[in-house]
Amino acid sequence: MIERSLHEMAQALAGKEISSVELTGLYLERIARHNPLLNAFLTVDAERSLAQARQADERLARGEQTALTGIPIAHKDIFCARDWRTTCGSKMLGNFVSPYDASVIERFQAAGAVLLGKTNMDEFAMGSSNETSFYGPVRNPWDSTCVPGGSSGGSAAAVAARLSPAATGTDTGGSIRQPAALCGLSGMKPTYGVISRYGMIAFASSLDQAGPLARSAADCALLLNTMAGFDERDSTSLDRPPEDYTRELASDGGTQPLRGIRIGLPEEFFAGGCDQEVMQLVEQAIAEYRKLGAETVVLSLPNMRLSVAAYYVIAPAEASSNLARFDGVRYGYRAPEYDDLNEMYSRTRAQGFGAEVKRRILIGTYVLSHGYYDAYYRQAQRIRRLIAQDFAAAFRQCDMIVGPTSPSTAFKLGEKAADPVQMYLSDIYTIAVNLAGLPGLSIPCGFARGLPAGLQLIGNYFSEAKLLNVAHRYQQVTHWHQARPDAFA
Amino acid sequence: MSKAWEIVIGIETHVQLSTQAKIFSGSSTTFGAEPNLQADAVDIALPGVLPVLNKGAVECAIRFGLAVGGEIAARSVFARKNYFYPDLPKGYQISQYELPVVSGGRLVIQCGDQEKEIRLTRAHLEEDAGKSLHEQSGHSFVGRSGIDLNRAGTPLLEIVSEPDLSSSAEAVAYARALHALVRWIGICDGNMQEGSFRCDANVSVRPLGQTQLGTRREIKNLNSFRFLQQAIDYEVQWQIGTLEDGGRIEQATVLFDPASGETRSMRSKEDAHDYRYFPDPDLLPLVIDATWIGEVAARLPMLPAARRESLIADYGLSSYDARVLSASLDLANYYEAAVAEAGRPNAKTCANWVMGELAARLNKEDREIGECPLLPEQLGGLIARIGDETLSTNIARQVFDALWSGEANSADEVIERQGLRQISDSGALEQLIDELLAANPTMVAEFRAGKEKALHALVGQAMKASRGKANPQRVKELLRAKLG
Repeated sequence: MIERSLHEMAQALAGKEISSVELTGLYLERIARHNPLLNAFLTVDAERSLAQARQADERLARGEQTALTGIPIAHKDIFCARDWRTTCGSKMLGNFVSPYDASVIERFQAAGAVLLGKTNMDEFAMGSSNETSFYGPVRNPWDSTCVPGGSSGGSAAAVAARLSPAATGTDTGGSIRQPAALCGLSGMKPTYGVISRYGMIAFASSLDQAGPLARSAADCALLLNTMAGFDERDSTSLDRPPEDYTRELASDGGTQPLRGIRIGLPEEFFAGGCDQEVMQLVEQAIAEYRKLGAETVVLSLPNMRLSVAAYYVIAPAEASSNLARFDGVRYGYRAPEYDDLNEMYSRTRAQGFGAEVKRRILIGTYVLSHGYYDAYYRQAQRIRRLIAQDFAAAFRQCDMIVGPTSPSTAFKLGEKAADPVQMYLSDIYTIAVNLAGLPGLSIPCGFARGLPAGLQLIGNYFSEAKLLNVAHRYQQVTHWHQARPDAFA
Repeated sequence: MSKAWEIVIGIETHVQLSTQAKIFSGSSTTFGAEPNLQADAVDIALPGVLPVLNKGAVECAIRFGLAVGGEIAARSVFARKNYFYPDLPKGYQISQYELPVVSGGRLVIQCGDQEKEIRLTRAHLEEDAGKSLHEQSGHSFVGRSGIDLNRAGTPLLEIVSEPDLSSSAEAVAYARALHALVRWIGICDGNMQEGSFRCDANVSVRPLGQTQLGTRREIKNLNSFRFLQQAIDYEVQWQIGTLEDGGRIEQATVLFDPASGETRSMRSKEDAHDYRYFPDPDLLPLVIDATWIGEVAARLPMLPAARRESLIADYGLSSYDARVLSASLDLANYYEAAVAEAGRPNAKTCANWVMGELAARLNKEDREIGECPLLPEQLGGLIARIGDETLSTNIARQVFDALWSGEANSADEVIERQGLRQISDSGALEQLIDELLAANPTMVAEFRAGKEKALHALVGQAMKASRGKANPQRVKELLRAKLG
């Protein structure tokens, strides 16, 4: 059962082969067994999940099934879920039980999916290894001495270890795609504005976007159908007619289904800086795409080299302001002892936030300060526009861009923890996509030294269905996405 | 004798916009609810919540921009003003910084007989903060402070003037004109006690003739015209005194203490906040197209200056009367509705009654024209009966009282019920006068002996005998005819 696709699970539920309570119970058992090692889940509430499963079973019995009714889904602990502790990986929100549901949670509830638990993450989504979580690192199911990537590391590890059929994540600079790559999963960051940010705890508002983490592109498409849609509570949500993201998956394109698709290969993605073996796997995937009928075009994204620098101005600037609400006044952590208001603030924030969060708040505060704004923030916004222009030019020559997701496979726990710049560079291929607001997808493309590597597909605005289809074609002729870490059979 | 000083004042006004809901959340803006009952997830800044702009607040800004002839930005931007304070839930205030919704514009103020045009710098939209309730404000937080977030997120329009004001009197005239205007165009209830209209005054002085501006100090949060005047007067004297004693003025933010009548420094320039403004990524740029402006313009009432001109032109009022009657939109509307009932020939009488009897009564009972128990149609009906000589002015006052207290619905009803119709009919009056002459032979003799006073006494008798209903003019005429 745990190897079935979401669609097959839905069929099993419809055909009474299994009930939602049984399916949920199956995963809860696996969580109980494996989570102590992986630390992928921060909050599990079997009773609550099973109650939802019972409701789903009633729905199924009434024949009111949607694509996800009765299927357990794990949610990154960045999504507020009513009556669930929602920590965002921080001590600051260790005691925060949300009184409301995020838009994403609401949509899964409405579809009848079961909330299986809240997954571990880098604190406030700041990190690429899940090591900044206040609640301890997550281990990679493929090698428990390695990181799962981040910041959606808990969601990725949970799905890779089959502790959940699928999960949600958020991606500000690669936080869905990079852990998907490092855990051998398919993960998508849609176009900025496709999924409502309401109820998703903000890191960098202009970059944050939710998305699915699953075992296949087809599963991602199904999840996206539930997650996407206009929400008037998010002013940056895009008011577009609903789309069926699975619509292109069923078509039969013959032996060369991708004939006519032009794949852009940016020089900058292939200019070194990437692990040799990972690069070979990417090249092989590209060769596979040529076999499927796609053409390749070499092109350039000249300003991409500036993306990490621009990102580490814009994201911390927004974060420094977004995280100001965590002040100990209304909810969350408050320092136990203080003599006056300023001391209450400074102690609360000194004790409540971890080192990486503090580092970014300091950077962000600095770049927005009087006299530095023009040199940093305004300049970074200019670069951001140039990067978007680069992509716009590229998409006049190709339908999508392909390259590596991450410059390496999963690295060892602690390996980069002491060197923030090395850590920041692990998002070198993903960050530009967020700066431009484009959709991006990572799918597994093989193994290097026993660890999964990811292939990144980047499309033009609103090309999610096409990206998913192109990923799906690859997954029809390859089997990397079906591989399972041995320890989690 | 000290040298002559020039005073330079600019004013920033926070105008609370009278929208039903807050500027970025759906909570109600009604004043006076129990603390924190009008604060939703957005207002208390729960993790994950997002602001959604209330278009009603934008419409208020457009109205204001149109009313002062400012430029309404096709594209303006909300920015975050970052600082920590317990009544600021997000740790930043959403405001506008580099690109405000309204730029420029002007306001004409009346200072004595002089009119002066004051230039406006800008007007921008922002949200209000909550309130900190300290021990001394009568709450039960002994040794602690409470936070009330009911006000957090209330829409404000911050209106900034150029430093064109040169006395406390001009500052007050400006504040009054602005106060009247924002109420006129219906964007603010103008309730100063509840904080709907608050002024900050930037004050500096310089030796007469000096072109460079002196160092300014900003007096914060003045919520009455009297405090505005007192604070500026004190501040000006303090600054001049300091400079004449050889001191220097340091840029500072000061507070006015109404009890002592003094201003005192709250923070100096050195401790000034660095607000780290940047565009709010949660909100799209505010786009206002010509269509929207056109729709708002179509709903905008005729502005005070134009209304004054039309009162003069349509009713032949003096410019003084027109100014008084256009002090507020409600008053001007009331007046015109009364004239519509009374008839245009009675326009001046209507003006006299609205500015006299009615204003005095409202003032006595501390009511606004909007709370007047007497409908303009009722007053107009009363004045029509004065105009056609049915009522004398004195009797009309009695009718006014009856209408005010709600004893009757119309002047005609009071006249009928109490038989107040003035007697102008010669036949009825002749009978009355004949009786009078027969009963007062002494007065008749005095009059015939040339004593004009006796005639007045006879008229008085006639009025008394008719219980005030006799038309005194007619009585006098008939007496002269009979005695002549």
